Amino acid sequence: MSNNLVSVAYLAAIVLFILSLGGLSNQESAKRGNIYGIVGMVIALVATAFSAQVSAYGLLVLAIVPAVAIGGLVASRVEMTEMPELVAILHSFVGLAAVLVGLASYLGPDPTLVGAEETIHKLEIYIGIFIGALTFTGSVVAFGKLRAIISSKPLMLPARHLLNIGLLVGTVILGVLFMGAEGTTGFNYVLGMVALSSVLGIHLVAAIGGADMPVVISMLNSYSGWAAAAAGFMLSNDLLIVVGALVGSSGAILSFIMCKAMNRSFFSVILGGFGQGSGKGGSGKAVEGTVSETDVNGTIELLADAQSVIITPGYGMAVAQAQHAVSEITQLLTKRGVNVRFGIHPVAGRLPGHMNVLLAEANVPYDIVLEMDEINEDFPETDVVLVIGANDTVNPSAMEDPESPIAGMPVLEVWNARNVIVMKRGMSAGYAGVANPLFFKENTQMLFGDAKANTNAILGRLQESATEKPKLAAA
Amino acid sequence: MTIALDQGAVDQRASQPARPKRIGIPKEINPGECRVAATPKTVKKLQSLGFEVLIETGAGEQAEFSDQAYRDAGCQVIANAVELWDQADIVLKVEPPAHHHELNRHETDLVHDGQTLISFLWPAQNTDLVTQLADKQVTALAMDSVPRISRAQKMDALSSMANVAGYRAVIEAANNFGRFFTGQITAAGKVPPAKVLVIGAGVAGLAAIGAAKSLGAIVRAFDTRPVVKEQVESMGAQFLELEFEEDGSGTGGYAKTMSKEFIEAEMALFAEQAKDVDIIITTALIPGKKAPLLVTKDTVELMKPGSVVVDMAAAQGGNCEVCRPGEVYRHHGVTIIGLTDLASRMAGQSSQLYGMNLYHLLNDMGGSEGYTVNFDDEVVRGALVSHEGQVTWPAPKPEKPAPAKVEAKTEEPAEAATAEPKFSLPWKWIGVVFAALALIGIGIGAPSSFLSHFTVFILACFVGWQVIWNVSPSLHTPLMSVTNAISGIIILGGMLQISGQAWSPTVILGAIAIFIGTINIAGGFLVTQRMLKMFRK
Repeated sequence: MSNNLVSVAYLAAIVLFILSLGGLSNQESAKRGNIYGIVGMVIALVATAFSAQVSAYGLLVLAIVPAVAIGGLVASRVEMTEMPELVAILHSFVGLAAVLVGLASYLGPDPTLVGAEETIHKLEIYIGIFIGALTFTGSVVAFGKLRAIISSKPLMLPARHLLNIGLLVGTVILGVLFMGAEGTTGFNYVLGMVALSSVLGIHLVAAIGGADMPVVISMLNSYSGWAAAAAGFMLSNDLLIVVGALVGSSGAILSFIMCKAMNRSFFSVILGGFGQGSGKGGSGKAVEGTVSETDVNGTIELLADAQSVIITPGYGMAVAQAQHAVSEITQLLTKRGVNVRFGIHPVAGRLPGHMNVLLAEANVPYDIVLEMDEINEDFPETDVVLVIGANDTVNPSAMEDPESPIAGMPVLEVWNARNVIVMKRGMSAGYAGVANPLFFKENTQMLFGDAKANTNAILGRLQESATEKPKLAAA
Repeated sequence: MTIALDQGAVDQRASQPARPKRIGIPKEINPGECRVAATPKTVKKLQSLGFEVLIETGAGEQAEFSDQAYRDAGCQVIANAVELWDQADIVLKVEPPAHHHELNRHETDLVHDGQTLISFLWPAQNTDLVTQLADKQVTALAMDSVPRISRAQKMDALSSMANVAGYRAVIEAANNFGRFFTGQITAAGKVPPAKVLVIGAGVAGLAAIGAAKSLGAIVRAFDTRPVVKEQVESMGAQFLELEFEEDGSGTGGYAKTMSKEFIEAEMALFAEQAKDVDIIITTALIPGKKAPLLVTKDTVELMKPGSVVVDMAAAQGGNCEVCRPGEVYRHHGVTIIGLTDLASRMAGQSSQLYGMNLYHLLNDMGGSEGYTVNFDDEVVRGALVSHEGQVTWPAPKPEKPAPAKVEAKTEEPAEAATAEPKFSLPWKWIGVVFAALALIGIGIGAPSSFLSHFTVFILACFVGWQVIWNVSPSLHTPLMSVTNAISGIIILGGMLQISGQAWSPTVILGAIAIFIGTINIAGGFLVTQRMLKMFRK
């Protein structure tokens, strides 16, 4: 295949990738968008495979076929609750691949490059490998935290900012040495830099706590894009550059949205540890008052008389795997003519959009799953709100207490509803460590216990009453 | 021996109020009173607080709750009122204690030391009764004196009774009104909707507005407190306004007495409305005073024949000049309804609500286990009329919250908001300058091949920026997995590297990169496909 043909094929692939991302603007076009993405990928790979530079087909097949099998197997087996882990580990693959491509590119130099071009090429390699290594180890740590292999608590080393700066300075020094080295003699410097950036990646993510994971994952997503773009620069390949830029800006936007939803600056999240930026020791007003507790029967009674119900799930629902029971409760209530909807906070769960996928998996129709901004004004007209495993995202002190660490964070204003039932394991504070005055509100009742056990019990009782009713009518 | 026995009895008595176990529900003795202080449903609630519930035979009969229903709910049914009063640690009633005709004893003679009595007591009107209860060492709480604060809403029996009464007022009016409430266009001709004027938009007024509105009438409402305008309008009624500036908001959600000029202007408005509307419902009350006169005899006579006036303030002297408390009669062709037992006429509903108010109060006081008469609890303190031999009514006025605090609060975030941009502004400029310098540097130093790639890169960033902002937040997870898949395109790098010398480091590294990247591509696209299939309407 001639070079021009390959370029045209790449152009087609670029257009298809953009269409693929554009398709995600709504659920209808999203499936078609994914097909575009697949077609674009196939075009790009086939065109490259048949280009003049590629001849080792045996090796190519040997590398691709088992990988496709593994990827397919993982994709078809993964639970939706495990999506954050999958995404994290896939990010690490992109990072690792970027490191490998960079190293390979350095070891097989292009003799046509001279002068400034050569300098830039080396710089591109260096930066590409740096970002790749950072992404790789960072994603592996994120994966470990999500899998609970590593504690999800933020790791607080005493001089952690100094450590980060030291690692960066070391990287720059090695970079200067690397640029000065002739031929492939700078390989040791590169390896040193890989070590430093790996440590940096580990440390950066280790310092970030569990509920900041949505930001971390989108940040790593962004990095994996920049790593691909850097690889594109070093290989002078526009397709890689464009894809890298698309993915990089996608991740950046997601991080931005997530940070905004937590009212925190990007840097305070990256630099780790909650509450560092927002006043030392200021954990907001202590909350006093009495908590009224309810049980499954009380919940059923409230639900029985409700006309409109909003369910606001959080990470706790995913942990307890309660989404299927919640979905069935929704169906039963909807059948009775109750207006049931879901309110999703942007940072609910451990991955942007995580709750939406969980609910979709459990067969909840997506048109009743609404975003925070869409549903907030409906709370005053709502009879019952079920808060399932969410805490900070429904904390009124974000709006009421200017001294609270989460002050100014947009939250679901559930307390405006007539009744709020909070399903929770205990009275412990949420991730932010902020007491939640919602629990002490007059219209709030706490339903303690495992979310799955409780939702199943509610579902059971609702089903009983659903089968009882026709009998009564017949009698 | 006798001394020892007495001692024991006293001890027993003394320990009872510390942890009351039994709640007694006597039958109401006033023959016109159909309500009861507990229904089988609220009994269950009381039991959940750790109480045992005793009920007098036939207590719920008039409210259609049989003894059997109470028994099924786990109550002990007691035939004799004396025995019930004697056994109960807490007595729940609707009406204040009165002379018991069957026993020929006053109910206050049935109480015992340390017993708790909760009912409507109207302590302002019944000072003798309150002193009697105090003398008998009874802890008495008046449900009518529960303060009107937001925390106490669920215990506010006046509101729940007013709600029932307001609804019933409309039903009584409809019953005495010869036309539809709702407008209809029938084959036989057009029927205009009834016009209802509700005076006083408190709980009862709002309930009346709601009921009249849902029957299809055109509803207008008037209140001296302009703040209720929004509530009235939210119920779908029209709020009538005087061209006169005076705010009638008093304390505790009630209105205060208005100036003479205001009242005159108000009366003129009513007289004018009387010619037009079919039904007038008055609910105006001023605490501790006779109900204000709002609808004069002349106004009534202006109304069309067949119209109806419901005076919900009849028991307090009436808002309507020609009202006869407790009676329904016709004056000048207009039916005047002065019923004073509107809530009792819906005994089942009002008993349930009242019972729940009682339950919430007892819950607030700690249930059976943690039962305390807490003087610091604003609700309990407000309702408490006698305790340990002392008359404790009226409760000291609650301190008004200082409004200054609220102001300070609103200022703070504003300050913070202005402080932030001040701080970030120089950084923004530094960023811009830095970017410009970087661009100039690239323009001078970089070869043209790099520049063309750089152009593509920057443009792609902008395209990505535009496209990604359009992605629905609910699809953020698929977005991440699909970007994961397409960033696997990095294997192109590996593909271009594997065709070199066999087993050279470049080839091996490239092959590994392809292997890893392909897992990404296959896994990412497939899992995205799987996820997107799940999204359905």
